[in-house]
Amino acid sequence: MAEPLLQVEKLRVQFPGRGFRAKPHEVLHGVSLAIGQGEVLGLVGESGSGKTTIGRAVLGLVKPSGGAIRFDGEDITHAGARRRRELARHIQVVFQDPYSSLNPALTVGDILSEPLIVQGASPRDARARVRGLLEQVELPKDTADRLPREFSGGQRQRVAIARALAPRPKLIVCDEPVSALDLSTQALVLKLLIDIQQETGVAFLFISHDLAVVRHISHRVSVIYTGNIVETGPAAAVTSDPRHPYSKRLLVAAPLADPVEQRRRREERKRLAGQDLPETRGTQAPSR
Amino acid sequence: MSSEPALIGTEAAPAAPKRSALRRLIRDPQADITAGLLLVFVILGLLAPWVTGHGPNEAVLSAVNAPVGTPGYPLGGDQNGRDIWARLIYSINTSVLSALIGTGVAIAVGLSCGLIGGYFGGRVRGAIEWVFNLIMTFPGILLLIVLMPLTRGDFRVTMLIFGVLLAPGTYRLVRNVTVGVRNELYVDAARVAGLSTLRILGRHVMPVVRGPVIISTAFLMGSAISVQAGLAFLGVGSSDVPSFGAMISYGFLNLYVDPLQFVWPALLLGVSTASLVLLGNSLRDALEGARPKASKVGATARAKAVPRSGDDAGALLSIRDLRLSYPDPGGEPKPVLNGVSVTLNAGETLGLVGESGSGKTQTAFAVLGVLPAEATVTEGSIRLDGRELVGLPERGLRALRGREIAYVPQEPMSNLDPSFTIGAQVVEGIRATTAMSRSAARARALELLGHVGIADPRRTMGLYPHQISGGMAQRVLIASAVASRPRVLIADEPTTALDVTIQAEILDLLRELQREMGMAILLVTHNFGVVADICDRMAVMQDGRIVESGTVLDVFREPRHPYTKKLLASILDESVVREDPPVLIGDTTRGPGHG
Repeated sequence: MAEPLLQVEKLRVQFPGRGFRAKPHEVLHGVSLAIGQGEVLGLVGESGSGKTTIGRAVLGLVKPSGGAIRFDGEDITHAGARRRRELARHIQVVFQDPYSSLNPALTVGDILSEPLIVQGASPRDARARVRGLLEQVELPKDTADRLPREFSGGQRQRVAIARALAPRPKLIVCDEPVSALDLSTQALVLKLLIDIQQETGVAFLFISHDLAVVRHISHRVSVIYTGNIVETGPAAAVTSDPRHPYSKRLLVAAPLADPVEQRRRREERKRLAGQDLPETRGTQAPSR
Repeated sequence: MSSEPALIGTEAAPAAPKRSALRRLIRDPQADITAGLLLVFVILGLLAPWVTGHGPNEAVLSAVNAPVGTPGYPLGGDQNGRDIWARLIYSINTSVLSALIGTGVAIAVGLSCGLIGGYFGGRVRGAIEWVFNLIMTFPGILLLIVLMPLTRGDFRVTMLIFGVLLAPGTYRLVRNVTVGVRNELYVDAARVAGLSTLRILGRHVMPVVRGPVIISTAFLMGSAISVQAGLAFLGVGSSDVPSFGAMISYGFLNLYVDPLQFVWPALLLGVSTASLVLLGNSLRDALEGARPKASKVGATARAKAVPRSGDDAGALLSIRDLRLSYPDPGGEPKPVLNGVSVTLNAGETLGLVGESGSGKTQTAFAVLGVLPAEATVTEGSIRLDGRELVGLPERGLRALRGREIAYVPQEPMSNLDPSFTIGAQVVEGIRATTAMSRSAARARALELLGHVGIADPRRTMGLYPHQISGGMAQRVLIASAVASRPRVLIADEPTTALDVTIQAEILDLLRELQREMGMAILLVTHNFGVVADICDRMAVMQDGRIVESGTVLDVFREPRHPYTKKLLASILDESVVREDPPVLIGDTTRGPGHG
């Protein structure tokens, strides 16, 4: 592989402690990952593991306290506000909550054309592009004139995906994009994301707590645990035959929708639960 | 995609909120009357030179204390021989100007600082906050009087300063709203989209701030007018400026000679400030919606239970043909449950599965008797061990809840009171359902917490909810729920808010407790994995109906209803892994400059 599209190296992020002169609290202890052009990297972990913080650091929404983030060969770790606004053309986001990620006072058309107009498109071009985007995410044509509250969660998430696609980015950070959706909607939105990814060649940093979802969409998978990436490898290998004890534990904890298989898995989980997890800092399963 | 477009039609919303707010305002008689009065005053003030016969300071000896109706002096003359009508009309202008200057400064300073202070945190906000707190400590009117030498008695300069004194109120209002909007994901999305801060403030924050600021304007104007009048009454400021305050002051001195001289300005001042406050209230109703919030407390209207045959007499809990409706915004009943029938046998676990909006939680709430007051059970029956629950008064239900039927909620954190320790809450729950003494209940709580797998119960008892994890909180709630050895445990998505590894542990715990206590569990969930893990039987819900039920093995193996089939087909298969390679650089479908 040539130079990766996104390279995160030994990234550290601290949040200020609460209270006067409290010690800062480090949530990422030097994580490294790379995403190639047109590749989907799944980042799986539990709440508090720091997976969302990685995404927010890549987007420039939190400031790293150490390490480097390189995009397309350029160091963007401490990119200024102006450079960040230019990067918006290349790095986009889809958030988890389709309810608070769309401004309820704007029509879908305004929401979608906003990033285009900021990037210098004429209103006329923006309108045409919005029409194309709505088609791409399989929403009806009259969607542009409606307000977000008229849509269901799945449809809102389609709008959010369309917004991320608007400037034709090279990388989209997908932060739990299907977690808030119903089962049947989740499958449809996931399929849409895969289709779009294949069609446009955009790369995804796909963050989720759900191993099944990550397995479906990712080429490679990283497992993050308490601020450290413990395992990275091809999706099939990491999600079916993990090496790190935590990844194994994560795999068997997800209940299977099959009563017989699930009973077997439960036994497996109880067997694993007896073993202690090693100290994560610095330990990493051998790379594949 | 098949079911999604259908939703657009049913969820169609009314017209844009701004227009409907204006319409609401016009329909409100209070707003119409007060706005009309204020408009009349302002117009009279503007037309002052034409509707009055004399200047406001024109004194004529013959008009001293002239009675009402004297030719040329419709309201008579004051003790200095000035036309009261003329002074009254010119005073309106003084008031309007005071209101505009005072409010304008307050809004300009408060709004801009509020936006900045709310959007940027840290030092910027700290500094602004400090300045505004300092301003708030000034005794307003005293300061204005002390500053007389500086203002030289010009009420316009005084109002300028008063505007600054009013600004902290506006600042706090705007800052709080801005902080709220700042945390919305759509603001983050706008930042990622490359919008500049100014643009984000203008486009995403201002529309939300606008409403509250418009409302506060009316109140600010009222207070500016009364403060200006008050100062003039005290004699602060030039005596050449006609003002309600000065007029009241003169009228006051002349109270025994001609009481009416005092009444006119007092009336006009009172009516105009009262109109502003009432108009402000109407604006608030129109912009923020004065729809009365439905109270959660109160008995649910219930239909008479239908008599029925004893075909499921063996069941511990049986729900038959339960129909439930909520009033829609127009007041029409909108059915939520359309005849739910399901039974729960002693000691078994029943999974109630469905997507959001299918009515599974409403069914659980109906059994618990904790439906909101506006919900109506229109038909059906819920029997616990042969005893009818529908139509049972609140007292009877309370005797059942916590003893016979217990509940484990979805959000463990929001179901613990942050201001009490874990121990206090568990002990309170135990004492509410049993006749134990405080120390006995405490001992029982310790035992229960240990039992649900909390490592150090004694220490945990003394902790507050924010000091424990979500999984721990759920264990605490389960401990409280099983304290009285209930016969039915209703668990509403008990693991949805938890991580998978914690979820597995909580399910293990429920399984163990059930084995020990023999209680029946009604598990509401959307997760088929959870159902497969813990349930004996399952019932699939769609649109307020049970479309299929049976043993877990049967339904997973051979689903009969198309909806069940569709749901099962949507489950992401573990064997499917993405296999196509990453999209190569230079792909032809991409636009130029993006490869």
